Amino acid sequence: MQLTLNGINHRYGGMPVLSDIDLEIPAGEIVCIVGPSGCGKSTLLRLIGGLERPDEGAVLEHGAPPADSLNPLTYIFQDFALLPWRSVAGNVSLALEDHGLGKAETEAIIDDVLARTKLSDFKNALPRQLSGGMKQRVAIARALAVRPAVLLMDEPLSALDSQTRELLMDDLVGLWSKTPFTAVYVTHNLNEAVRLGHKIVVLSRRPGRIREVVSIDMPLAERADRVGELASKQEQLWSLIRDEAAAADMELIDA
Amino acid sequence: MPENPTSQPVPFRGGGFNPRPRALVGLAVMVVLIAVWETGCRTGIIHPLVLPAPSEAATAFMELVDSGLLWTHLGASLSRLVIGWTAGTLLGIAVGFAIGLFSLARAGMVPLVAAIFPIPKIALLPLFIIWFGIGEGSKVATILFGTFFPTVVATYGGVDNVDRGLIRMGQSFGLSWVSIVRKIILPGALPAILPGFRISAAIAIVLLVAAEMIGAEFGVGAYILMAGSLMAMDQLIAGVAILSTIGLTVSWIIGRAEKMLLRWRV
Repeated sequence: MQLTLNGINHRYGGMPVLSDIDLEIPAGEIVCIVGPSGCGKSTLLRLIGGLERPDEGAVLEHGAPPADSLNPLTYIFQDFALLPWRSVAGNVSLALEDHGLGKAETEAIIDDVLARTKLSDFKNALPRQLSGGMKQRVAIARALAVRPAVLLMDEPLSALDSQTRELLMDDLVGLWSKTPFTAVYVTHNLNEAVRLGHKIVVLSRRPGRIREVVSIDMPLAERADRVGELASKQEQLWSLIRDEAAAADMELIDA
Repeated sequence: MPENPTSQPVPFRGGGFNPRPRALVGLAVMVVLIAVWETGCRTGIIHPLVLPAPSEAATAFMELVDSGLLWTHLGASLSRLVIGWTAGTLLGIAVGFAIGLFSLARAGMVPLVAAIFPIPKIALLPLFIIWFGIGEGSKVATILFGTFFPTVVATYGGVDNVDRGLIRMGQSFGLSWVSIVRKIILPGALPAILPGFRISAAIAIVLLVAAEMIGAEFGVGAYILMAGSLMAMDQLIAGVAILSTIGLTVSWIIGRAEKMLLRWRV
């Protein structure tokens, strides 16, 4: 399944936050969205997943999602959004319970996704017992459990320390290399963008417009070892955002 | 680093503001207080009519046990308490959820709750007696009304405070409305609802006694009233001690429930 964004305009209380967004999200690719803070990146992601309605324009799905997909558009949140009263397995199970799968199949899916995210040993742990990186792996497992057609990731690594972030990036690349998935990945971290993005969409400061779309052809699996070559791309992105980021930093919120 | 005559350790300014559990202190305070009280009575500093000795109250209590009336009084009181509190709490939770979930219920009920909550329910007792009769009905209704309002307020406050991010997560996974309420909002509001139980239980005990003082044959409140009218201060103290024990027991039960249901909290 692929997505098209057609002439998206969006306002919050009269203030435009997104302006004339046209974008293709091709199947099997990771599209990163970067931009200065407050440029409407997260809003755009909420529009793509149908958590908010755009004032103008539309997000279109092309083709039916795979038949076995339980939740075609699935989010991974920055703050993990785990239920603190449910165990690791219980949190994954939450996403499956409304689908009437039967006990055996639910168990099988939970075991499978926990194995893929290296969490099998922590099945019965509560979120408060887990590190930030493990919490986000639980959220990734929960997202994988519903077999999404498109993963919508909202700064998934921003709440983590830089070492954990590095490890989770490797995990994401590993997951994608085994079974390529479609994803929209919002981040303010340019390093994550050049490591994970096939296409990097640069948004301007509020109201967010697409300034440029940068493509990187290097296979994801090779990127960790070829950071030198990626540095120029990252530099290019930074030069695009730099002035806007500085200006955005001086803005008053709600002004 | 060279030793300098003016070098000294950095002064410590941290610490404090961190209450820690001190087992047995509470018990010790109570024991000391009772011992002082008993001594005061025995030495004649405290006149027996002003305040009977704890030992006399204990004797009165044993007489009550021996007469078999303890269980009659206690049974009558506890059944009123349990029925009134349970009904008030269930209704309160239901209305609190309605206020938390539906704009219309919120707009209609919040001003009403704010208007009726501060009325002392005991002032309405004569009205309840006319409506529900002098028997059990009016007593249970008083307790029910008394526990209903604080439960409503605690419940909708709890629903309002459930992390919106978790609700959005539930929506993003396509959970049904019922699932979101049952699996996300209800457990998320529980940390606010359970402490509300403590307050409503205390209110229920206060109202129980007040209601039993008006036209009840049996019940701890009736026993205390009777003792008061006969100037039997030892019985009065014994009755108050029974109430206090009921309060402690209820608080202990709620504490256990909190430990069990809120194990997931940090």
